[in-house]
Amino acid sequence: MIGAAAAALLSHWRRHPGQLATLVAGLALATALWTGVQAINAEARASYDRAASALEQSDLPLLVPREGDSLPLSDYVALRRAGWKVAPVIEGRLRLKDGSARLVGLDPLTAPAVPGSGTGGDPGRALLDFISPPGEIRGHPDTLAGLPAAVEGRRVATEALSPGTLVADIGTAARLLGLEGRLTRLLILEDPAQDLPPLGEVAPDLREAPPQPENDIRGLTGSFHLNLTAFGMLSFAVGLFIAHGAVGLAFEQRRGTIRTLRALGTPLSAVAALLAAEALALALAAGALGVGLGYVLASLLLPDVAATLRGLYGAPVPGSVAVRAAWWAAGLGMALLGAALASAQSFWQLRRLSVLAAMQPRAWAMAQGRGQRLMALAGLAGLAAVPAILLWGQGLAAGFAALAGLLLGAAFLLPLSLSAGLRAAERAARSALGEWVWADARQQVPGLSLALMALLLALAANIGVSTMVASFRATFEGWLDRRLAAELYLSFDSPAQAAAVLPGIDASAVLPVTRTEADLGGAPGLVYAMADDPTYRRNWPLIEAGPQVWDRLAAGGGVLVNEQWAIRAGLSPGDTVQIDGAAREVLGVYADYGNPRGQAILGLEAFRALHPEIGETRFALRLSGDPAAEAARLVAEDGLRPDQVTDRAALKAESRAVFERTFAATDALNVLTLAVAGFAIFTSLLTLQSLRLPQVAPLWALGLTRRRLALLDLARAGLLAAGTALLALPVGLALAWLLLAVVNVAAFGWRLPMQIFPADWLRLGLAALVAALLAAALPALRLARVSPARLLRVFADAR
Amino acid sequence: MLLEATDIARRFPGEAGPVTVLDGVSLSLAQGETLALTGESGSGKSTLLTLLAGLDRPDRGEIRLKGTAFGPLKEPELAAIRRGRIGLVFQQFNLVPSLSVAQNIALQARLAGRHDRDWCAALAERLGLSAHLAKYPETLSGGQQQRVAVARTLAARPEVILADEPTGNLDEATGDAVLAEMLALVAETGAGLVMVTHSGRLAGKLSRRLHLARGRLA
Ligand SMILES: Nc1ncnc2c1ncn2[C@@H]1O[C@H](COP(=O)(O)OP(=O)(O)O)[C@@H](O)[C@H]1O
Ligand SMILES: [Mg+2]
Repeated sequence: MIGAAAAALLSHWRRHPGQLATLVAGLALATALWTGVQAINAEARASYDRAASALEQSDLPLLVPREGDSLPLSDYVALRRAGWKVAPVIEGRLRLKDGSARLVGLDPLTAPAVPGSGTGGDPGRALLDFISPPGEIRGHPDTLAGLPAAVEGRRVATEALSPGTLVADIGTAARLLGLEGRLTRLLILEDPAQDLPPLGEVAPDLREAPPQPENDIRGLTGSFHLNLTAFGMLSFAVGLFIAHGAVGLAFEQRRGTIRTLRALGTPLSAVAALLAAEALALALAAGALGVGLGYVLASLLLPDVAATLRGLYGAPVPGSVAVRAAWWAAGLGMALLGAALASAQSFWQLRRLSVLAAMQPRAWAMAQGRGQRLMALAGLAGLAAVPAILLWGQGLAAGFAALAGLLLGAAFLLPLSLSAGLRAAERAARSALGEWVWADARQQVPGLSLALMALLLALAANIGVSTMVASFRATFEGWLDRRLAAELYLSFDSPAQAAAVLPGIDASAVLPVTRTEADLGGAPGLVYAMADDPTYRRNWPLIEAGPQVWDRLAAGGGVLVNEQWAIRAGLSPGDTVQIDGAAREVLGVYADYGNPRGQAILGLEAFRALHPEIGETRFALRLSGDPAAEAARLVAEDGLRPDQVTDRAALKAESRAVFERTFAATDALNVLTLAVAGFAIFTSLLTLQSLRLPQVAPLWALGLTRRRLALLDLARAGLLAAGTALLALPVGLALAWLLLAVVNVAAFGWRLPMQIFPADWLRLGLAALVAALLAAALPALRLARVSPARLLRVFADAR
Repeated sequence: MLLEATDIARRFPGEAGPVTVLDGVSLSLAQGETLALTGESGSGKSTLLTLLAGLDRPDRGEIRLKGTAFGPLKEPELAAIRRGRIGLVFQQFNLVPSLSVAQNIALQARLAGRHDRDWCAALAERLGLSAHLAKYPETLSGGQQQRVAVARTLAARPEVILADEPTGNLDEATGDAVLAEMLALVAETGAGLVMVTHSGRLAGKLSRRLHLARGRLA
């Protein structure tokens, strides 16, 4: 029995290979989109983790010099002799043929781990190779390729290191960096025992610092990744709808066969099992195809994304991706989930499928209409949940829950909203034909609803994510402008070097930028010193400020706090905060998109009085001349290393270029989502076409040409797409608002002001229209060419 | 008794409360007997047939096939009876469009697990379908399609054939021809037949006739 029933069900695909192909393509595209986005995310994230774990030091507390950027080797020797378990690290930037790389020197005997040391082979031999002159330089093959030939050392390529980082023996590194006899920091491997002499006795020039997470990188890359994660969620939803629609239509197409099989005595459970097995097999096959496609997609997109991340955030990402088990699971999981949801719904219908009743499109549409109202109710519930979640929920999970509520709610409300709009239009119609067109469009909504929902989500995602990225760019650039108001930034090795070089510079203002770790209301953070200068008075990105904020800051009593801290602790001007135990008044709140930690700013004089021990080594310079020329002169004449001089214009140009690349990647994904949604409309129209003939045949008989009917069909597709686009606009804006004002705040503690770009919406609306018209073109063409005999058959047959 | 229905009632939910379509219908069908079921449109003929086929369950009463009561049976058991012992012929032809004529004819027999190649070929021959076996249903005329449906039913050698206006979509001459073949084959296989029809003329060709009105048989 099962064999015969399976053969009957499967015979449909043999007779209609095109339908099978579109079904598989739909499932595969949906999976590909999701997998592609996931792949980009996962690969980039894995890369940071690799970078962090490669040096296995991010979670160890440190000893750093109180002053300057390096400490003498003698401090290290003294500490070891006194019994302190510390490991020396030297770090600096090494010039490459193009740009620079971070060079970390480790002592293989004391360091917790040396990246690139394999487990196989003879460890003693490997150690010897690592340290014996001229020493090994380990790095990612890409980085090693950029190393100038003049750099002495045996190159050893290893995938254990991310691009942009090189590792060498401490002696080798000191030689390459020109820092012989000095160290950058010491890792505290074990908490010092009670009876050890305290740090102040052994090495008074050092201080303990908390572990150095790569905060500045993580904050911003995290923000960017949240973009992509949100986008991934959206593409998951789009894919789910498409997978659902594709499998649902596969069921719809064989409704008659299923009914006949049941009438002939195939039990419901057998039919259900067969369809489930088929859906499973299709989901697995198409899902695997999709994951493969997504992989190709990711490799095509990743060079851009990788460049984006590397450029903007200085976080290294390899320019290629590797297939990971997790993607397969996630990609196949989506195809399976979509298929399972669709199957469940179909089986529910199957249970109630009247075995003898003739299949009437109208009756089918009516049944779907009831479903429409149910769905609309679910949609309303989803939307209603959003404010509730925002009011009572907390953190990132609440933000994402609100996102899900918004998107699913809007999608579920779509069919009923469209139907209502079309009904209103129908009432307003004057001519009989007009009435028919509107009524007919309304009758098509149920069959197309899944595809239209996918389109809605795709458009909303487009609007939401582009608005977010654009707002991010505008805000970030504006902030960069204000925050980096000075033309040149210098970082000296010691106050002595500063004192020697600074007088020779023709600057209108020399503003010290000094900072120290501090306890901010119980949490670790940074305190900066700020000179009283028009540069800051005019430009500093204040969000909130009390009266005479600058005068009072200069006078010394109060502080400015960054937005993160202010949001976390609920601070506004006039409040009092504790910094290193001392009470201070909050004078103002400023925007800070660097990292999620708290930060405070003290007037320069007050800071100096509080921390006389901290030498000033960093300065912001206001120049009237050409900053680039001055930077070049400082390197050439004053012997500064290039990494000690930062030119604001160059930094800004770089960040702008990076944003352009970000846009390129986001755009590519946007176009893809839209294309996938368009494809869903196409397959739905194609499948519904057999139902379509009986609907248009009477009008043909009444004297409308096939050409005219086909054009009306095209217009109808455009109409539905336009309606969907109209509804997608508020959803997209709400999505952007949630991303900027809720998810960002929860994740990073800052809120980005939302900026809107109506011209983009128009472009997007047109794109949606074009996608819908393209999708409707082939079915319409077929209708225009359908033979009169087939139309006549509609009247001859009962069905 | 081959097929027996006692005191059948069936209600459907309507706009204004439940509507009683069948209200105390009893009938019995002996082996080899052919029964015509007439009645106005909407009188519940199809509903009754659905119940006799085990596709739907009555709100009251019992149906027995050779003594086996349908009431206590579960869905898979009813399906097994439908598959192996009952043949259905519909007004609309209900062929599987993606299977060839030959495959359609063999479908129920194969579902029932007793496909007899020679018998199928003989049926096709008798019903004038031999030349069309490799074709697909959509290329056949209405009369030919209904012949395929009849052949499909008889191929499984059911004990009872239930036909719902099998010639309703055919012109008179074609309908008569299909019916004649069907009756001849029923007589040969010794099955019982219940056929719903509008036409008194067709009803006259069967051995017995019942009229359904206001939920009852007369
Ligand atoms: N599943 C159902 N739900 C509600 N009403 C039904 C259903 N099936 C049949 N009916 C109603 O029962 C009555 C009898 O229908 P039917 O048996 O098809 O009549 P006939 O075949 O004699 O023309 C009709 O009024 C029909 O609307
Ligand atoms: Mg009927």
